[in-house]
Amino acid sequence: MRDYIIRRLIMLIPILLGISIAIFVVMQLIPGDVVSGILGIEQTPELRAMWEKKLGLDKPLVEQYFSWIGKAVTGDFGESFRTGAPVFPEIMSRFKISAELAVLACIIAWIIALPLGVLSSLKRNSVIDRIVRVVALMGVSIPNFASATLLILFLAKGFNYHTPVKYAGLFENFGVNMQIMLLPALVLGSVMAGSVMRMTRSSMLEVLRQDYIKAVRAKGAPERVTIFRHAFKNSSIPIVTLVGMQIGSLMGGTVVIEQIFSIPGLGQYTLTGISQRDFPVVQGCVLFIAVVYVLVNLLVDILYTYIDPRISYS
Amino acid sequence: MKDLLEIRNLKITTLRGKETVRLLDYVDLNIPKKCSFGIVGESGCGKSITANAVLGLLPYPLRVSEGSIRYDSRDGEKELLRLNKKEMQAVRGGEISMIFQEPMTSLDPIFTVEKQMAEAVSFHHPNAGRGEIRERSLEMLKKVNIPRPEQTLASYPHQLSGGQLQRIMIAIALINNPRLLLADEPTTALDVTIQAQILKLMNDLKEQNDTSIVMITHDLGVIAETCEEVAVFYAGQIVEQANVVELFSHTAHPYTQGLLRAVTSLGGATRKLYTIPGIVPPGGQWLSGCRFADRCSRCTERCRQEMPALKEVSPRHLCRCFQNSGEVDA
Repeated sequence: MRDYIIRRLIMLIPILLGISIAIFVVMQLIPGDVVSGILGIEQTPELRAMWEKKLGLDKPLVEQYFSWIGKAVTGDFGESFRTGAPVFPEIMSRFKISAELAVLACIIAWIIALPLGVLSSLKRNSVIDRIVRVVALMGVSIPNFASATLLILFLAKGFNYHTPVKYAGLFENFGVNMQIMLLPALVLGSVMAGSVMRMTRSSMLEVLRQDYIKAVRAKGAPERVTIFRHAFKNSSIPIVTLVGMQIGSLMGGTVVIEQIFSIPGLGQYTLTGISQRDFPVVQGCVLFIAVVYVLVNLLVDILYTYIDPRISYS
Repeated sequence: MKDLLEIRNLKITTLRGKETVRLLDYVDLNIPKKCSFGIVGESGCGKSITANAVLGLLPYPLRVSEGSIRYDSRDGEKELLRLNKKEMQAVRGGEISMIFQEPMTSLDPIFTVEKQMAEAVSFHHPNAGRGEIRERSLEMLKKVNIPRPEQTLASYPHQLSGGQLQRIMIAIALINNPRLLLADEPTTALDVTIQAQILKLMNDLKEQNDTSIVMITHDLGVIAETCEEVAVFYAGQIVEQANVVELFSHTAHPYTQGLLRAVTSLGGATRKLYTIPGIVPPGGQWLSGCRFADRCSRCTERCRQEMPALKEVSPRHLCRCFQNSGEVDA
């Protein structure tokens, strides 16, 4: 198992190198540059040259890339071209916010999806099943920017409720934090709930058909034991895979939702970085998100071994 | 009640789209106490669903639409079709156990053998202690000739062979001393050498524990080796039923005769293998007369018009054929 984890972590290196080169190339190709953004209308060739020299943009592209990556491997992601603030601490503080949002969204999704998915599989083709399936399909199909905007408008117009404007951390002010985070978590969670519910239902139906479920019933098992101890545990593997992938992408921030709810998360930071052509910010964010994604997936793979004894990596 | 299990007029149907389709048609069966009873027939003839119906394990959308299944339990006579969930759970695995065709998929892959054996005990004896259950499990594994019981208890199903798994299934089925064991093709998925061992084991355990066995199979060899009474199923009906010696020596129904001729034997290796022409008609596509008419070499016009009744051709030997009840010649 330890060897397996080490091997997986080593595999991260080529992944990250590939991503960093891709991001570097794309950042060069998009029109506009950071210096024009900084100088605005006051730019003169002299000022321009001074800034380019200051940011290291006067050097050849290959050298620019290697000087960045050389520092990055030591954990120094450089400073923002725009604000001069170091990128890494900023990523970390924003990651905490995105991670909190991701965890909340997952909890909401599970609370909705798992019981309904199980119920739906047990009452297959009943009225309950049909209703649950339609609602799940709606959850998956309604774009989250639409449901988010509608939710904000609904609360504002209908109940005259507005979420606090100034963000507060989870441990600074729990009440304010929850008021800010619950709505976007609900929006993200409901989309997730739709797909998790559908996966739970189909996975449960698949397992309930298995011989061993009939054999468990033939032993005289109460329904509760058959369903939860045997059927649900066996059907959880695809669910864990799906949830792992979703958490992985949520952790990296959700640009649209963070934008709509003005949450200073990783997604918002990345978006700002891109629009300002702020190369160290974009590169840092993208690599960080990639690492998180790979680590979450590794965690999921390790989790499999606890659920299913047939899976082992040694 | 004289017998252990009495099935009367059992009718099982399923849904195909919106249409109700019959799978089993008014079957009567009596399973005596301390008897091994064979049910033989091709796939789709209704033998497995009969056993599943006894324990209320019919998969959706199959259901019993008519009939009664009376069982002489330890605490009095019970109508199994009218039991509530709790009462049925007490019967399953406690009074009546079942083993299945595919041992490889009949144990839950994510639990150890020990957990799955312990579960079988604790469903019926919720107060049994851990040590007590473990001892009982080890004892059962020894009874079914598992070579290293301790090690086997700690194993997961994927670490064991099909033969071992079927032994474990038998051990689980018998761990609460049931009075009836429904064995649904218990040897079909196993190697021939293992088949014989499993059959012998089941016979031995039946003798030791006074358990009745219902052996469901498509293999007449298995029947000949293990059973005392036999019912031959065809297209959702019983077509012939008799004592095993009587059935093999005075085979009455053309279908049973066909089955017997189709049995391969070493002596007959030189001749061409016999097959009954045609296939078993699936549920819902049965003929209105004798259901075997299309495949029968002795079929007459009457056979196509009218369904023969199950009649006694000699004492305790029932057959569903006009030709053997003297009606054709008369």
